Amino acid sequence: MRRITAWILGTVCGLVLLFSYHTSTMGPAAPRVAAGALALPAGPVATSPTTVPPASVPAGAPPAGARSAAAGPAVPTAPATATDTVVTGPIVPTRRGPVQVQIQVHGGRLADVVAIVLPDANYRDERINAYAVPILRQEALDAQSANIDSVSGATLTSNGYVSSLQAALDSVHLSRS
Amino acid sequence: MTGPAPAAPRRAWVEQIMGMPISIHLRGAGLADGAVEAAVASVFEDLREVDSVFSTYRPDSDISRLNRGELTVAGCHPSVTEVVDLCDEAGRRTGGTFDPHLPGPDGRTWFDPSGLVKGWATERAAAHLEDVSRRVGVDFCLNAGGDVAVGVATTASPPWRVGIEDPDRHHGLLGVVPLRSGGVATSGSAHRGGHIIDPRTGRPADTLRAATVTGPSLMWADVYATATIVAGPAALEWIADLPGYEALVVTAAGDLLATPEFPLER
Repeated sequence: MRRITAWILGTVCGLVLLFSYHTSTMGPAAPRVAAGALALPAGPVATSPTTVPPASVPAGAPPAGARSAAAGPAVPTAPATATDTVVTGPIVPTRRGPVQVQIQVHGGRLADVVAIVLPDANYRDERINAYAVPILRQEALDAQSANIDSVSGATLTSNGYVSSLQAALDSVHLSRS
Repeated sequence: MTGPAPAAPRRAWVEQIMGMPISIHLRGAGLADGAVEAAVASVFEDLREVDSVFSTYRPDSDISRLNRGELTVAGCHPSVTEVVDLCDEAGRRTGGTFDPHLPGPDGRTWFDPSGLVKGWATERAAAHLEDVSRRVGVDFCLNAGGDVAVGVATTASPPWRVGIEDPDRHHGLLGVVPLRSGGVATSGSAHRGGHIIDPRTGRPADTLRAATVTGPSLMWADVYATATIVAGPAALEWIADLPGYEALVVTAAGDLLATPEFPLER
Protein backbone atom coordinates (compact mmCIF):
# COMPACT_ATOMS: atom_id res chain seq x y z
CA MET A 1 0.00 0.00 0.00
CA ARG A 2 2.75 2.42 0.95
CA ARG A 3 4.63 1.81 -2.26
CA ILE A 4 1.48 2.41 -4.24
CA THR A 5 0.59 5.61 -2.47
CA ALA A 6 4.15 6.89 -2.74
CA TRP A 7 4.03 6.19 -6.44
CA ILE A 8 0.69 7.94 -6.82
CA LEU A 9 2.15 10.82 -4.88
CA GLY A 10 5.08 11.14 -7.23
CA THR A 11 2.77 11.50 -10.15
CA VAL A 12 0.51 13.79 -8.21
CA CYS A 13 3.40 16.15 -7.49
CA GLY A 14 3.72 16.51 -11.21
CA LEU A 15 0.00 16.93 -11.59
CA VAL A 16 -0.12 19.68 -9.03
CA LEU A 17 2.84 21.52 -10.46
CA LEU A 18 1.40 21.37 -13.91
CA PHE A 19 -2.14 22.37 -13.15
CA SER A 20 -3.27 23.88 -9.92
CA TYR A 21 -2.76 24.82 -6.33
CA HIS A 22 -5.34 25.23 -3.68
CA THR A 23 -4.96 25.55 0.02
CA SER A 24 -7.99 24.20 1.77
CA THR A 25 -5.87 23.40 4.83
CA MET A 26 -4.64 26.96 5.13
CA GLY A 27 -7.58 28.53 6.96
CA PRO A 28 -9.04 31.69 5.53
CA ALA A 29 -6.68 31.91 2.57
CA ALA A 30 -8.68 31.80 -0.63
CA PRO A 31 -7.92 29.10 -3.18
CA ARG A 32 -5.40 30.39 -5.63
CA VAL A 33 -3.66 29.44 -8.79
CA ALA A 34 -0.02 29.73 -9.69
CA ALA A 35 0.72 32.33 -12.32
CA GLY A 36 0.44 30.87 -15.76
CA ALA A 37 -1.11 27.65 -14.55
CA LEU A 38 -4.47 26.20 -15.41
CA ALA A 39 -7.05 25.80 -12.69
CA LEU A 40 -8.77 22.51 -12.07
CA PRO A 41 -12.26 22.75 -10.67
CA ALA A 42 -12.50 21.99 -6.98
CA GLY A 43 -13.74 18.56 -6.04
CA PRO A 44 -12.90 15.09 -7.30
CA VAL A 45 -10.17 14.96 -9.89
CA ALA A 46 -11.12 12.57 -12.65
CA THR A 47 -7.74 12.51 -14.33
CA SER A 48 -5.94 9.24 -13.86
CA PRO A 49 -2.61 9.96 -12.24
CA THR A 50 -0.94 7.36 -14.41
CA THR A 51 -1.24 9.61 -17.44
CA VAL A 52 0.85 12.36 -15.92
CA PRO A 53 4.64 12.06 -15.92
CA PRO A 54 6.39 12.78 -12.63
CA ALA A 55 7.81 16.24 -12.24
CA SER A 56 11.54 16.51 -12.64
CA VAL A 57 13.13 17.16 -9.28
CA PRO A 58 16.49 18.94 -9.33
CA ALA A 59 19.10 17.70 -6.90
CA GLY A 60 20.32 19.83 -4.04
CA ALA A 61 19.15 21.01 -0.64
CA PRO A 62 15.54 22.06 -0.25
CA PRO A 63 15.03 25.82 -0.38
CA ALA A 64 14.67 27.77 2.83
CA GLY A 65 10.89 27.51 2.88
CA ALA A 66 11.08 23.75 3.25
CA ARG A 67 13.26 23.54 6.32
CA SER A 68 10.50 23.00 8.86
CA ALA A 69 9.78 19.53 7.59
CA ALA A 70 12.38 17.16 6.27
CA ALA A 71 11.72 15.35 3.05
CA GLY A 72 10.80 11.79 3.78
CA PRO A 73 8.59 8.92 2.77
CA ALA A 74 4.92 9.43 2.20
CA VAL A 75 2.95 9.18 5.42
CA PRO A 76 -0.66 8.00 5.51
CA THR A 77 -2.23 10.42 7.97
CA ALA A 78 -5.74 9.02 8.21
CA PRO A 79 -6.06 5.52 6.87
CA ALA A 80 -9.79 5.20 7.47
CA THR A 81 -10.36 2.11 5.36
CA ALA A 82 -8.45 0.15 2.79
CA THR A 83 -10.14 2.08 0.02
CA ASP A 84 -10.30 5.50 1.70
CA THR A 85 -6.87 6.97 2.34
CA VAL A 86 -5.32 10.36 2.92
CA VAL A 87 -1.62 10.50 2.19
CA THR A 88 0.68 13.42 2.92
CA GLY A 89 3.76 13.44 0.77
CA PRO A 90 7.30 14.54 1.48
CA ILE A 91 8.39 18.07 0.73
CA VAL A 92 9.74 17.96 -2.77
CA PRO A 93 12.25 20.56 -3.95
CA THR A 94 11.34 21.83 -7.39
CA ARG A 95 12.55 24.60 -9.64
CA ARG A 96 9.72 26.72 -8.34
CA GLY A 97 10.50 25.94 -4.71
CA PRO A 98 9.35 23.35 -2.16
CA VAL A 99 6.06 21.61 -2.81
CA GLN A 100 4.17 19.25 -0.55
CA VAL A 101 0.83 17.72 -1.41
CA GLN A 102 -1.80 15.69 0.32
CA ILE A 103 -3.88 13.28 -1.71
CA GLN A 104 -7.12 11.56 -0.95
CA VAL A 105 -7.86 8.19 -2.45
CA HIS A 106 -11.43 6.90 -2.37
CA GLY A 107 -12.23 3.43 -3.62
CA GLY A 108 -8.81 3.14 -5.18
CA ARG A 109 -9.29 6.33 -7.19
CA LEU A 110 -7.63 9.67 -6.70
CA ALA A 111 -10.34 11.89 -5.22
CA ASP A 112 -8.60 15.13 -4.31
CA VAL A 113 -5.22 16.78 -4.20
CA VAL A 114 -4.38 19.55 -1.78
CA ALA A 115 -1.10 21.44 -1.88
CA ILE A 116 -0.09 22.10 1.72
CA VAL A 117 3.31 23.61 1.01
CA LEU A 118 3.90 25.85 -1.95
CA PRO A 119 6.91 27.60 -3.45
CA ASP A 120 8.06 30.71 -1.62
CA ALA A 121 7.61 32.99 -4.58
CA ASN A 122 3.93 32.13 -4.77
CA TYR A 123 3.00 32.60 -1.17
CA ARG A 124 5.37 35.27 0.03
CA ASP A 125 2.72 37.91 -0.40
CA GLU A 126 0.06 35.94 1.36
CA ARG A 127 0.07 36.96 4.99
CA ILE A 128 -1.12 33.73 6.56
CA ASN A 129 1.81 31.86 5.11
CA ALA A 130 4.21 34.43 6.47
CA TYR A 131 3.57 33.20 10.00
CA ALA A 132 2.00 29.76 9.74
CA VAL A 133 3.98 26.87 8.35
CA PRO A 134 2.11 23.59 8.01
CA ILE A 135 4.18 20.67 9.25
CA LEU A 136 3.85 16.98 8.56
CA ARG A 137 2.61 14.94 11.47
CA GLN A 138 4.67 11.82 11.66
CA GLU A 139 3.20 8.44 12.38
CA ALA A 140 5.38 7.76 15.37
CA LEU A 141 8.12 9.64 17.10
CA ASP A 142 8.79 8.09 20.44
CA ALA A 143 10.99 9.39 23.19
CA GLN A 144 13.57 6.70 22.78
CA SER A 145 14.24 7.27 19.10
CA ALA A 146 14.15 11.04 19.63
CA ASN A 147 16.68 10.89 22.49
CA ILE A 148 14.95 13.47 24.65
CA ASP A 149 15.72 14.90 28.10
CA SER A 150 12.33 16.30 29.08
CA VAL A 151 8.75 16.65 27.85
CA SER A 152 6.66 19.78 27.38
CA GLY A 153 2.93 19.17 27.34
CA ALA A 154 -0.38 20.40 28.63
CA THR A 155 -0.30 20.56 32.40
CA LEU A 156 0.70 17.21 33.75
CA THR A 157 -0.93 16.47 37.09
CA SER A 158 0.53 14.49 39.94
CA ASN A 159 -2.05 11.77 39.25
CA GLY A 160 -0.97 11.45 35.63
CA TYR A 161 2.72 11.51 36.44
CA VAL A 162 3.13 7.81 37.19
CA SER A 163 2.29 6.77 33.66
CA SER A 164 3.97 9.71 31.95
CA LEU A 165 6.96 9.89 29.69
CA GLN A 166 8.50 12.42 32.06
CA ALA A 167 8.40 9.90 34.89
CA ALA A 168 10.26 7.43 32.72
CA LEU A 169 12.90 10.04 31.88
CA ASP A 170 13.24 11.05 35.53
CA SER A 171 13.57 7.48 36.76
CA VAL A 172 16.74 6.96 34.76
CA HIS A 173 18.58 9.70 36.64
CA LEU A 174 16.90 9.88 40.03
CA SER A 175 19.32 10.26 42.91
CA ARG A 176 19.57 7.37 45.28
CA SER A 177 20.19 9.07 48.56
CA MET B 1 35.79 11.87 12.78
CA THR B 2 35.81 11.27 16.50
CA GLY B 3 33.10 9.44 18.38
CA PRO B 4 30.55 11.21 20.55
CA ALA B 5 31.86 12.67 23.79
CA PRO B 6 31.11 10.53 26.85
CA ALA B 7 27.83 11.55 28.46
CA ALA B 8 28.23 14.06 31.29
CA PRO B 9 27.29 12.80 34.77
CA ARG B 10 23.65 13.52 35.46
CA ARG B 11 21.19 13.49 38.34
CA ALA B 12 17.49 14.09 38.69
CA TRP B 13 15.20 15.11 41.56
CA VAL B 14 11.39 15.00 41.57
CA GLU B 15 8.82 16.39 43.98
CA GLN B 16 5.07 16.83 43.72
CA ILE B 17 4.18 20.47 44.40
CA MET B 18 1.16 22.56 43.33
CA GLY B 19 -0.53 19.32 42.26
CA MET B 20 2.07 18.60 39.61
CA PRO B 21 5.43 16.87 39.25
CA ILE B 22 8.48 19.12 39.47
CA SER B 23 11.55 17.49 37.89
CA ILE B 24 15.06 18.88 38.06
CA HIS B 25 17.78 17.41 35.88
CA LEU B 26 21.37 18.57 36.30
CA ARG B 27 24.42 17.44 34.38
CA GLY B 28 28.10 18.26 34.31
CA ALA B 29 31.34 17.79 36.20
CA GLY B 30 30.23 20.16 38.99
CA LEU B 31 27.42 17.88 40.15
CA ALA B 32 29.29 16.75 43.29
CA ASP B 33 29.60 20.32 44.58
CA GLY B 34 27.65 20.89 47.80
CA ALA B 35 26.08 24.03 46.30
CA VAL B 36 24.09 21.82 43.94
CA GLU B 37 21.96 20.14 46.64
CA ALA B 38 21.35 23.54 48.26
CA ALA B 39 20.17 25.04 44.96
CA VAL B 40 17.84 22.11 44.31
CA ALA B 41 16.38 22.43 47.81
CA SER B 42 15.81 26.16 47.22
CA VAL B 43 13.85 25.45 44.04
CA PHE B 44 11.44 23.12 45.82
CA GLU B 45 11.20 25.46 48.82
CA ASP B 46 10.32 28.41 46.54
CA LEU B 47 7.60 26.45 44.79
CA ARG B 48 6.08 25.22 48.06
CA GLU B 49 5.89 28.82 49.26
CA VAL B 50 4.23 29.90 46.01
CA ASP B 51 1.70 27.11 46.47
CA SER B 52 0.88 28.28 49.99
CA VAL B 53 0.25 31.82 48.73
CA PHE B 54 -1.40 31.22 45.33
CA SER B 55 -3.17 27.85 45.45
CA THR B 56 -6.85 28.16 44.57
CA TYR B 57 -7.32 24.65 46.01
CA ARG B 58 -6.17 25.63 49.50
CA PRO B 59 -8.75 27.60 51.49
CA ASP B 60 -5.98 29.13 53.63
CA SER B 61 -3.95 30.54 50.71
CA ASP B 62 -3.70 34.30 50.26
CA ILE B 63 -5.52 34.03 46.90
CA SER B 64 -8.42 32.08 48.44
CA ARG B 65 -8.70 34.62 51.27
CA LEU B 66 -8.47 37.48 48.75
CA ASN B 67 -11.34 35.95 46.76
CA ARG B 68 -13.44 35.57 49.91
CA GLY B 69 -12.83 39.23 50.72
CA GLU B 70 -10.87 38.45 53.88
CA LEU B 71 -7.70 40.10 52.55
CA THR B 72 -6.91 42.99 50.27
CA VAL B 73 -4.08 42.75 47.73
CA ALA B 74 -2.02 45.01 49.96
CA GLY B 75 -2.65 42.67 52.88
CA CYS B 76 -1.42 39.61 50.97
CA HIS B 77 2.12 38.33 50.59
CA PRO B 78 4.08 40.95 48.57
CA SER B 79 4.40 38.54 45.64
CA VAL B 80 0.62 38.83 45.10
CA THR B 81 1.03 42.49 44.13
CA GLU B 82 3.75 41.49 41.68
CA VAL B 83 1.54 38.79 40.15
CA VAL B 84 -1.49 41.11 39.93
CA ASP B 85 0.64 43.63 38.02
CA LEU B 86 1.99 40.90 35.73
CA CYS B 87 -1.55 39.65 35.04
CA ASP B 88 -2.51 43.18 34.01
CA GLU B 89 0.49 43.33 31.72
CA ALA B 90 -0.35 39.87 30.31
CA GLY B 91 -3.86 41.10 29.52
CA ARG B 92 -2.41 44.10 27.67
CA ARG B 93 0.18 42.05 25.79
CA THR B 94 -2.39 39.49 24.62
CA GLY B 95 -5.20 41.84 23.73
CA GLY B 96 -7.35 40.55 26.58
CA THR B 97 -7.12 36.89 25.66
CA PHE B 98 -5.25 36.28 28.89
CA ASP B 99 -7.53 37.23 31.78
CA PRO B 100 -7.27 35.95 35.37
CA HIS B 101 -10.79 37.13 36.19
CA LEU B 102 -13.05 34.11 35.80
CA PRO B 103 -16.67 33.48 36.65
CA GLY B 104 -16.66 31.57 39.93
CA PRO B 105 -19.05 28.86 41.05
CA ASP B 106 -21.03 31.44 43.02
CA GLY B 107 -21.57 33.68 39.98
CA ARG B 108 -19.11 36.29 41.24
CA THR B 109 -15.87 37.04 39.37
CA TRP B 110 -12.88 35.24 40.86
CA PHE B 111 -9.26 36.26 40.57
CA ASP B 112 -7.44 33.10 39.47
CA PRO B 113 -3.88 33.88 38.36
CA SER B 114 -2.95 30.18 38.05
CA GLY B 115 -2.38 30.55 34.30
CA LEU B 116 0.46 32.97 34.98
CA VAL B 117 1.67 31.79 38.38
CA LYS B 118 2.90 28.42 37.17
CA GLY B 119 5.29 29.91 34.61
CA TRP B 120 6.20 32.81 36.86
CA ALA B 121 7.02 30.54 39.80
CA THR B 122 8.98 28.10 37.65
CA GLU B 123 11.07 30.82 36.01
CA ARG B 124 11.69 32.43 39.41
CA ALA B 125 12.72 29.10 40.96
CA ALA B 126 14.99 28.40 37.99
CA ALA B 127 17.07 31.42 39.05
CA HIS B 128 18.57 29.23 41.80
CA LEU B 129 19.68 26.80 39.12
CA GLU B 130 20.97 29.60 36.85
CA ASP B 131 23.07 30.75 39.76
CA VAL B 132 24.56 27.36 40.63
CA SER B 133 25.03 26.65 36.92
CA ARG B 134 27.36 29.65 36.66
CA ARG B 135 29.15 28.96 39.95
CA VAL B 136 29.96 25.25 39.67
CA GLY B 137 29.47 24.53 35.98
CA VAL B 138 26.36 22.39 35.61
CA ASP B 139 23.59 22.44 33.01
CA PHE B 140 19.98 22.44 34.29
CA CYS B 141 16.55 21.45 33.04
CA LEU B 142 13.58 22.26 35.29
CA ASN B 143 10.21 20.78 34.29
CA ALA B 144 7.12 21.90 36.18
CA GLY B 145 4.18 19.84 34.97
CA GLY B 146 5.15 20.32 31.32
CA ASP B 147 6.59 23.85 31.47
CA VAL B 148 10.34 23.61 30.98
CA ALA B 149 13.13 26.08 31.83
CA VAL B 150 16.72 25.27 30.86
CA GLY B 151 20.24 26.63 31.03
CA VAL B 152 23.74 25.47 30.21
CA ALA B 153 27.05 26.33 31.88
CA THR B 154 29.11 26.93 28.75
CA THR B 155 28.58 27.40 25.04
CA ALA B 156 30.19 23.97 24.57
CA SER B 157 27.35 22.26 26.45
CA PRO B 158 24.93 20.36 24.24
CA PRO B 159 21.35 21.67 24.18
CA TRP B 160 18.65 20.05 26.30
CA ARG B 161 16.33 18.12 24.03
CA VAL B 162 12.72 18.83 24.97
CA GLY B 163 10.11 16.55 23.45
CA ILE B 164 6.82 18.24 22.51
CA GLU B 165 3.93 16.03 23.53
CA ASP B 166 1.44 14.99 20.87
CA PRO B 167 -1.98 15.88 22.35
CA ASP B 168 -3.59 13.00 20.47
CA ARG B 169 -1.21 10.15 21.22
CA HIS B 170 -0.19 8.95 24.65
CA HIS B 171 3.62 8.86 24.81
CA GLY B 172 3.81 10.28 21.29
CA LEU B 173 5.80 13.38 20.38
CA LEU B 174 5.28 16.02 17.71
CA GLY B 175 9.02 16.57 17.62
CA VAL B 176 11.94 17.83 19.66
CA VAL B 177 13.03 21.36 20.55
CA PRO B 178 16.76 21.68 21.33
CA LEU B 179 17.24 24.46 23.91
CA ARG B 180 20.22 26.01 25.72
CA SER B 181 18.37 28.83 27.50
CA GLY B 182 14.91 30.19 28.12
CA GLY B 183 11.88 27.99 28.23
CA VAL B 184 9.16 26.08 26.45
CA ALA B 185 5.55 25.97 27.61
CA THR B 186 2.59 24.02 26.30
CA SER B 187 -1.09 24.70 26.90
CA GLY B 188 -3.98 22.55 25.87
CA SER B 189 -6.59 20.10 26.91
CA ALA B 190 -4.62 16.82 26.90
CA HIS B 191 -4.52 16.12 30.64
CA ARG B 192 -7.26 18.22 32.22
CA GLY B 193 -10.02 18.52 29.61
CA GLY B 194 -11.09 21.93 28.36
CA HIS B 195 -9.60 23.87 31.25
CA ILE B 196 -8.82 27.09 29.41
CA ILE B 197 -11.78 29.46 29.37
CA ASP B 198 -12.22 32.08 26.67
CA PRO B 199 -12.73 35.27 28.71
CA ARG B 200 -14.71 36.71 25.83
CA THR B 201 -17.35 33.96 25.91
CA GLY B 202 -16.92 32.33 29.32
CA ARG B 203 -16.74 28.95 27.61
CA PRO B 204 -13.87 26.50 27.04
CA ALA B 205 -11.64 27.46 24.11
CA ASP B 206 -11.66 24.61 21.60
CA THR B 207 -10.23 25.67 18.24
CA LEU B 208 -6.78 24.31 19.15
CA ARG B 209 -5.79 21.03 20.79
CA ALA B 210 -2.44 22.33 21.98
CA ALA B 211 -0.15 25.33 21.72
CA THR B 212 3.58 25.30 22.46
CA VAL B 213 5.62 28.49 22.77
CA THR B 214 9.38 28.85 23.14
CA GLY B 215 11.21 31.99 24.20
CA PRO B 216 13.68 33.67 26.52
CA SER B 217 11.15 33.89 29.39
CA LEU B 218 9.25 30.77 30.46
CA MET B 219 6.58 32.89 32.11
CA TRP B 220 5.80 34.83 28.94
CA ALA B 221 6.03 31.67 26.83
CA ASP B 222 3.40 30.13 29.13
CA VAL B 223 1.16 33.22 28.99
CA TYR B 224 1.41 33.31 25.19
CA ALA B 225 0.66 29.57 24.94
CA THR B 226 -2.49 30.01 27.05
CA ALA B 227 -3.53 33.09 25.04
CA THR B 228 -2.96 31.16 21.81
CA ILE B 229 -5.37 28.42 22.90
CA VAL B 230 -7.98 31.14 23.40
CA ALA B 231 -7.21 33.21 20.30
CA GLY B 232 -6.79 30.29 17.90
CA PRO B 233 -4.38 29.97 14.96
CA ALA B 234 -4.45 33.74 14.33
CA ALA B 235 -2.24 34.12 17.43
CA LEU B 236 0.66 32.73 15.40
CA GLU B 237 0.72 36.07 13.61
CA TRP B 238 1.52 38.20 16.61
CA ILE B 239 3.81 35.63 18.19
CA ALA B 240 5.87 35.58 14.99
CA ASP B 241 6.34 39.32 15.50
CA LEU B 242 7.59 38.96 19.11
CA PRO B 243 11.40 38.90 19.18
CA GLY B 244 12.65 35.54 20.48
CA TYR B 245 9.27 33.78 20.69
CA GLU B 246 8.02 31.01 18.42
CA ALA B 247 4.83 28.95 18.48
CA LEU B 248 3.59 25.56 17.35
CA VAL B 249 -0.11 24.60 17.42
CA VAL B 250 -2.23 21.52 16.81
CA THR B 251 -5.65 22.50 15.50
CA ALA B 252 -8.89 20.78 16.47
CA ALA B 253 -8.77 19.12 13.05
CA GLY B 254 -5.33 17.72 13.86
CA ASP B 255 -3.27 19.99 11.60
CA LEU B 256 0.12 21.20 12.76
CA LEU B 257 1.03 24.86 12.21
CA ALA B 258 4.07 26.81 13.39
CA THR B 259 5.73 30.19 13.16
CA PRO B 260 8.47 30.08 10.52
CA GLU B 261 11.39 29.94 12.98
CA PHE B 262 9.95 27.36 15.41
CA PRO B 263 12.94 25.11 16.21
CA LEU B 264 11.20 21.75 15.79
CA GLU B 265 13.37 18.73 15.05
CA ARG B 266 11.72 15.61 13.70
